[in-house]
Amino acid sequence: MQVIDAANLDYRAVNEALRNAETDYIIKNCCGQRFIAAGMSHKNLTIEGIPGNALGAYLNNANITVNANAQDAVGDTMNEGKILIRGNIGDAAGYAMRGGKIYVQGNAGYRAGIHMKAYREKFPVMIIGGSAGSFLGEYQAGGVIIVLGLHNDNKRIVGNFPCTGMHGGKMFLRGCCDDIRFPKQVTARRAAPEELDEIREYLSEYCSDLGYSAATLLSEPFTVITPDSKNPYKQMYAAN
Amino acid sequence: MSIEFIYPEFEVIRNADRCISCRACERQCANEAHSYDEKLKIMKCDDSKCVNCQRCVSFCPVRALKIIKSNCTLCGNANWPAQTMKEIYKQANSGGVLLSSMGNPKPLPVYWDKILINASQVTNPSIDPLREPMETRVYLGKKPSKVQRAKDGTLDCSLPPQLELSMPVMFSAMSYGSISYNAHKSLALAAAELGILYNTGEGGLHEDFYRYGKNTIVQVASGRFGVHADYLEAGAAIEIKIGQGAKPGIGGHLPGAKIIGDISRTRMIPEGSDAISPAPHHDIYSIEDLRQLVFSLKEASEYKKPVIVKVAAVHNIAAIASGVARSGADIIAIDGFRGGTGAAPTRIRDHVGIPIELALAAVDQRLRDEGIRNNVSLIAGGSIRSAADVVKAIALGADACYIATAALLALGCHLCHTCHSGKCSWGIATQRPELVKRLDPAIGSKRLVNLMTAWKHEIKELMGGMGINSIEALRGNRLMLRGIGLTEKELEILDISHAGE
Repeated sequence: MQVIDAANLDYRAVNEALRNAETDYIIKNCCGQRFIAAGMSHKNLTIEGIPGNALGAYLNNANITVNANAQDAVGDTMNEGKILIRGNIGDAAGYAMRGGKIYVQGNAGYRAGIHMKAYREKFPVMIIGGSAGSFLGEYQAGGVIIVLGLHNDNKRIVGNFPCTGMHGGKMFLRGCCDDIRFPKQVTARRAAPEELDEIREYLSEYCSDLGYSAATLLSEPFTVITPDSKNPYKQMYAAN
Repeated sequence: MSIEFIYPEFEVIRNADRCISCRACERQCANEAHSYDEKLKIMKCDDSKCVNCQRCVSFCPVRALKIIKSNCTLCGNANWPAQTMKEIYKQANSGGVLLSSMGNPKPLPVYWDKILINASQVTNPSIDPLREPMETRVYLGKKPSKVQRAKDGTLDCSLPPQLELSMPVMFSAMSYGSISYNAHKSLALAAAELGILYNTGEGGLHEDFYRYGKNTIVQVASGRFGVHADYLEAGAAIEIKIGQGAKPGIGGHLPGAKIIGDISRTRMIPEGSDAISPAPHHDIYSIEDLRQLVFSLKEASEYKKPVIVKVAAVHNIAAIASGVARSGADIIAIDGFRGGTGAAPTRIRDHVGIPIELALAAVDQRLRDEGIRNNVSLIAGGSIRSAADVVKAIALGADACYIATAALLALGCHLCHTCHSGKCSWGIATQRPELVKRLDPAIGSKRLVNLMTAWKHEIKELMGGMGINSIEALRGNRLMLRGIGLTEKELEILDISHAGE
């Protein structure tokens, strides 16, 4: 296990050190350095301190654990790998992610999972332990977004306008979600047991990563949201 | 017929004396306008299906066909031209947003045609490019502002990453999906042979074309289709697409029906699912945010490649470009309002944005005024139609030009404006295998090489005439330009004198 002390390093130097590092390493004293592990593969990285924006952008099969909060644009256009955050994350997490997992213990900001995709064997999964901000899963085109509302103190589990423009994938919200307004082009309903089976594996992994009980999580009902069409713009145009 | 009827725009005129009923027109027409009447043993035609792509005209062995614009006249008047009336009918019939292809066809000013180029007489004599060396090579990327020396006094020769082009023209972004595999292959082959670059657009990079990487610009746009580490690694430069001249301010939708087979694989999205590029990048709401995307791409590609930011020419383009130049981008591409598209809402295409000539002049001036012109290179696009346009663009301040419509014309496009139908008879804007195979990449690339070689000669002739033997000496050299028939204000923005001054 290699240790990189980020105390006096800028992001370029941190990434340079990572590229030359062995497979397993810890970054200590991380304080806002951006772009950590951008585009990297085959690494296991633990971060002590708070990484800056765009952590794990274009991540290509590496594992990142952050033992604190992370900032905006976690896992932007992520392709493969796993990012585990033992804290909250900022806005636009998992923008256009195509594969891999982002597991967050705390809350997420605006636009989490925007334009998330899936393709063949690639299937992105985002689990947010607390609540999510507005525009969750905007333009979602594939994969699965799960929000658990574990520490929401009577706050709504998501902000306004979830699933706007959603045309693929699924979203699971723990609870009945009677107080949430969804757009017209999606259907929200209580998740059937076989639908919950689809996410059981991810929830178990999440629980074992963060020390929760999957049985307790699943004791509450889940709402599942799916798009009505994968072609939301059909019939909108006239050839001219 | 009914109230919904709109008289066909074109009429197919068949010379019965020449027609031998060989049915070539029927085979060539992807729109199924031609048919053969077995009983009467004659060719027939449904004009309403004709888009005037000229495929049948080009392939009729006896020259029996011509296509004319119909003279069936709608009443109309100066305020209600026939086109405007027809658009009303189409929308009343369908309730749809009007969708068009290729560039803005409106009779708005083309400033290239109102700018004239200088030539030397007597003093500073002109140069004969056939006899003397002329340099058309350009390097795109950040240039250092001052000479750097190491501690021991030796020169620091390290430069930020540069793109080397044999001539100041590149093929601009057209995605695999909007155009065919063979069209992409033609562009890639030609770029490699010419020593220039082509651009993937937001459709990913087909695995067969990774080998042309050093002649490829890979694009990252708001949908991030096909973007992954290998893709970023593959290209010679990475372009962030913020806007497109034909449709500033809006995103793109490639309908699910076109997301099939290789298109789906290259974009890395499932078959049949709409490919939606949101209007903005939802993680970019400021220049600081743009800087974040620029540097995340630089980090992921280890600072080995220049990052281009492409924006549409819009009203405050000078201030926008100034911001982009400060975002860390190495190159700014500006796309004018006459730029082409595979599909854009008609109203956006025809009414949004400004001409590239004015945008380019304003941006070059602003960057100079702010002392940051050398921090970025400028690429001008949005209807560069000839070598003369290229020379004028360079003299207005561009480092290089992007062409797309001109390149498609070289591949056989006849500008029928119906790319969005997916039934391109020339095998360019289509994914139907039987149509795609009509475009032979060997021939297509040869024609592109011909076009660019001809332009290069013309550029050299024009340079020689001005007594300039290096294209870099022409950049921003507005003394070489004069306006004709332009207002004071237009001359002021272009920063050129009027002819005769």
